[in-house]
Amino acid sequence: MTQPHIRLTDVEMTFPRPDGVGEGIHALGPIQLDLRHGEFFAVVGPSGCGKSTLLELMIGLTSPTKGSITFEGQPINGSCPDGIGVVFQEDASFAWLTVRDNIAFGLRRMALDRREQDERVDKALAMMGLVEFADAYPSQLSGGMRQRVCIARTLVTEPRLILLDEPFGALDQQTRLLMGDEILSLWRKTGATIFLITHALDEAAMLADRIGVMSSRPGQLIDIVETHWPRDRDSRIVEQDAFGAVTARLWRSLRVESMKAIGKKEASS
Amino acid sequence: MTRAGLIRLGLIVALLVALEVLVKIGRIDALTMQAPHKMALDLFTMLKSGKLNKAIAKTMGNAGFAFVIAVSLGVLAGLVIHRLRRLRETLDPLFATYYAIPVFAFYPLLILLLGLGDAPQIFIGVMLGFVAVVVNTLNGLDRVPRVLLKTARVNGMNPLETALKITLPSAAPYILTGAKFAVAYSLIGVIGAEFIMSTGGMGYEISFAYNNFDNATMYPLIILILAVSITINMVISHWEKSLLKRRGLQ
Ligand SMILES: Nc1ncnc2c1ncn2[C@@H]1O[C@H](COP(=O)(O)OP(=O)(O)O)[C@@H](O)[C@H]1O
Ligand SMILES: [Mg+2]
Repeated sequence: MTQPHIRLTDVEMTFPRPDGVGEGIHALGPIQLDLRHGEFFAVVGPSGCGKSTLLELMIGLTSPTKGSITFEGQPINGSCPDGIGVVFQEDASFAWLTVRDNIAFGLRRMALDRREQDERVDKALAMMGLVEFADAYPSQLSGGMRQRVCIARTLVTEPRLILLDEPFGALDQQTRLLMGDEILSLWRKTGATIFLITHALDEAAMLADRIGVMSSRPGQLIDIVETHWPRDRDSRIVEQDAFGAVTARLWRSLRVESMKAIGKKEASS
Repeated sequence: MTRAGLIRLGLIVALLVALEVLVKIGRIDALTMQAPHKMALDLFTMLKSGKLNKAIAKTMGNAGFAFVIAVSLGVLAGLVIHRLRRLRETLDPLFATYYAIPVFAFYPLLILLLGLGDAPQIFIGVMLGFVAVVVNTLNGLDRVPRVLLKTARVNGMNPLETALKITLPSAAPYILTGAKFAVAYSLIGVIGAEFIMSTGGMGYEISFAYNNFDNATMYPLIILILAVSITINMVISHWEKSLLKRRGLQ
């Protein structure tokens, strides 16, 4: 397959200033990026560099100021195509629904018979370790568990492209590694393309086939690192020397940008 | 029961006992106020005889009708106003001063416009409750997390579906607060209007009994109104609390 799964061409985003005067905030770009069918792509970058903005452009929530985006060959404009699933950075669980109903939310809108829907929900509950909490409400769960509810809600619709915005941000390190394993096995099983935004270099290095490194605002891709991991990898990859080499390279690319983001200059270090 | 609840209950009982004693020893004369136990007995006899059933049914029916209209129109208006920024900016100051308007002053005008039937009474009840529902609905809609609206858009939901499945459920506790006000306001509106100008209903009967020194009718009716209003209020409060608790907000 030569056509990329999703293609970003010269994509730029400038937000108008809240008061409407002046030049606007150049948040992102220009960005060129092709995601291959079935690859696991991670994005790392300092906070505020435009990662979430990039994700919102890819699902048609906002339209780019310049450039274009195509998904499976079709331009994205204004609405999220079927076949793309998203997990947002913020907690998007529905407080008025049980965990089970939360997960079933997107499914209920699909033309599937009820048995199939229930089976998918049960599978997702098991995979995300939420079986005992199926009838609980989100307020009874920790932040990390709520995020898992949102991941499950997206996965059950079996999207071909899954976008995740810092989904493990609220989890402790150990759970993060294990959730990473779950995402990897899901990725292998479904053959979906995954686009994962993270601030954790080790997470990106452990999970992805390719890692895009973004500069501070306006975010641009300043480096793309290929990991060459086997497809049947898991979190034990962190023991390998090659893993250290990948994280080292990521940090080399990111260090200067991260200092810019917190307002430091290279010379003062 | 909580400590505060016990103290509240104690206070009410103490007041009732004090009233009972004051009437008994003649410090309050029986033409002004009746002993609480007598009010309760009178209420029982009144309900049993059924002679005021029509009045009670009329008032409760009209108040209930006013309540339903105030809540449904109020929620609908809230949804619309929330989407129209300009309209919102224009109306917000009006909502803020709305309850400074003595709505009853317009009652004679309403009778001219709507006739002498039940319509002007219901209208007053709606007018009083409606704005409380609108204001609380807007408050609830303002608090819907943005990420939920993004989720709706990603799921390809149209505005109606978004309202029914996302924004209204998310705002439900606040809408219930508005509904609680609407219960009280629709009763106040309907009964108040019956007092001023009407030929039936509990407000009319209370006023009639008052003019005829008929304490055996007046006090039981007052108690009945109190009981109904407080009971409905408590039911909604309970519902509101369980919603808030489910969301970890209380
Ligand atoms: N709707 C918006 N209006 C104006 N500025 C925005 C908007 N969304 C994001 N920004 C700005 O764009 C920049 C990038 O934000 P974001 O994409 O959230 O960064 P990240 O996810 O990498 O932390 C930030 O400086 C932010 O303030
Ligand atoms: Mg972000």
